[in-house]
Amino acid sequence: MAETEKGEAKETEQRMVLKITDVDPRFKYEISKIPGAEKVMLCFQCGTCTADCPIARFSDFYRPRKLIRMTQLGLKDRLLSSDVIWLCSTCFTCIDHCPQDVGIADIIRALRNLSVRERDMPVVFKELASNILKTGYAYMIPELRLKKRAEEGLPLLPKANLENVAKLFDITGLSKILEKVGT
Amino acid sequence: MPELKYLLFMGCVIPYRISSYEISTRKVLDKLGVEVVEMPEFNCCGLPLDPVNHDMMLTLAARNLCLAEQQNLNIVALCNGCFGTLNHVNKELKEDRKLRERVNGYLKEIGMEFKGTITVKHLIYVLAKDVGFEKIKDNVQKPLTQLRVAQHTGCHVIRPGKVVGFDDPENPTALKTLIKVTGAKCLDYMDETECCGAPIIGVNAEIPLQLAREKLDHIRAVGAQAMITVCPFCHMMYDLNQSRIERTFNEKFRIPVLHYSQLLGLAMGMSPDELAFKDLRVDASELVSLL
Repeated sequence: MAETEKGEAKETEQRMVLKITDVDPRFKYEISKIPGAEKVMLCFQCGTCTADCPIARFSDFYRPRKLIRMTQLGLKDRLLSSDVIWLCSTCFTCIDHCPQDVGIADIIRALRNLSVRERDMPVVFKELASNILKTGYAYMIPELRLKKRAEEGLPLLPKANLENVAKLFDITGLSKILEKVGT
Repeated sequence: MPELKYLLFMGCVIPYRISSYEISTRKVLDKLGVEVVEMPEFNCCGLPLDPVNHDMMLTLAARNLCLAEQQNLNIVALCNGCFGTLNHVNKELKEDRKLRERVNGYLKEIGMEFKGTITVKHLIYVLAKDVGFEKIKDNVQKPLTQLRVAQHTGCHVIRPGKVVGFDDPENPTALKTLIKVTGAKCLDYMDETECCGAPIIGVNAEIPLQLAREKLDHIRAVGAQAMITVCPFCHMMYDLNQSRIERTFNEKFRIPVLHYSQLLGLAMGMSPDELAFKDLRVDASELVSLL
């Protein structure tokens, strides 16, 4: 997705001159209140995260250091509308290697959560959420597979407590978010 | 000697696609005298929803932890993602009172409370620490001395190092030692701790396929006859997707990808049929014929 023309257009747009009106100075405080993202201001832009990131090696656009700098600057709209924040594979190499203990992958997770709340999410996450709501499992396990388990001598697959799962979707606010973004 | 009894957290990927991992693990653990108890009413570990809503991930994980607390049993997880999530949330909730209060606020609505009385382990931790290399060695009946393999430990079982703390995240040795006790040779290769890329395949397929191709390339370069994994998600990336990788990059790898439990099972004298070798997408019959 990010490696397409759309991604390229966005990248060009991101290279344009920063305008003071694009900057939300409160954004860094908003982000640093989110668990895991508290240390966003400690990043001194050494670039270890980008250098060691497996995704950055194969992507022309995904640069964790840049995402952190944009967060510090308060480029909220650009960040939250960017496809690039969805490319982190959560390998946590950046977390282990950061000399400032910034928790880069957790900050990117916080950016994703905000983007979901204020905008939308990639369709794959809608599917995963819907599967979990319907079955308790992240994937729709076909009837055939369940039957095959018996043939293979495996115990029955436990049924999830769907009432509990639905309740958790409601009280964490996820049901409302899913309603808003549509499926 | 601790009692070797655990609640089995299977997760979603294994029952969905990778039952060969479950079948072989159950057989191997049984023979080693490790008892696994089924986990009724468990749900997804929560990891897939972390990018969407962190609180939802925390509560789904915490609900699973509460189920284990009710049975007063430690969890063994077979999937790196499930292990990483359940272990991380378990530790955070034990250490952070404010977070625990918030999550318990959610759990109260479904009549549960996180108390922090159990621990979460990955299969290789149970094998390496609780069962121990010596006992595994004692159970090896057919040392696999003809085999040269390479391991892929994966990410969430070693990183973040500060959270997991079981193995060296820069140079993990547990799986290597587990391979060596089967008699097989474990080969070093370039970038061993690199991610498989699978978590973003639903958003962007190109990058994970390139990452997986590179790993297969490095493994082929040192002459490994097979790759050994301990996570169903990583396994999917290298086994299920190997033909796709070959098509995409016009290459031939044909490298069989075994679950560690299958390798150990062979060394313990079990047959490839018993260990569900037929479920592997990349044919392993040539490898088996070496034994």
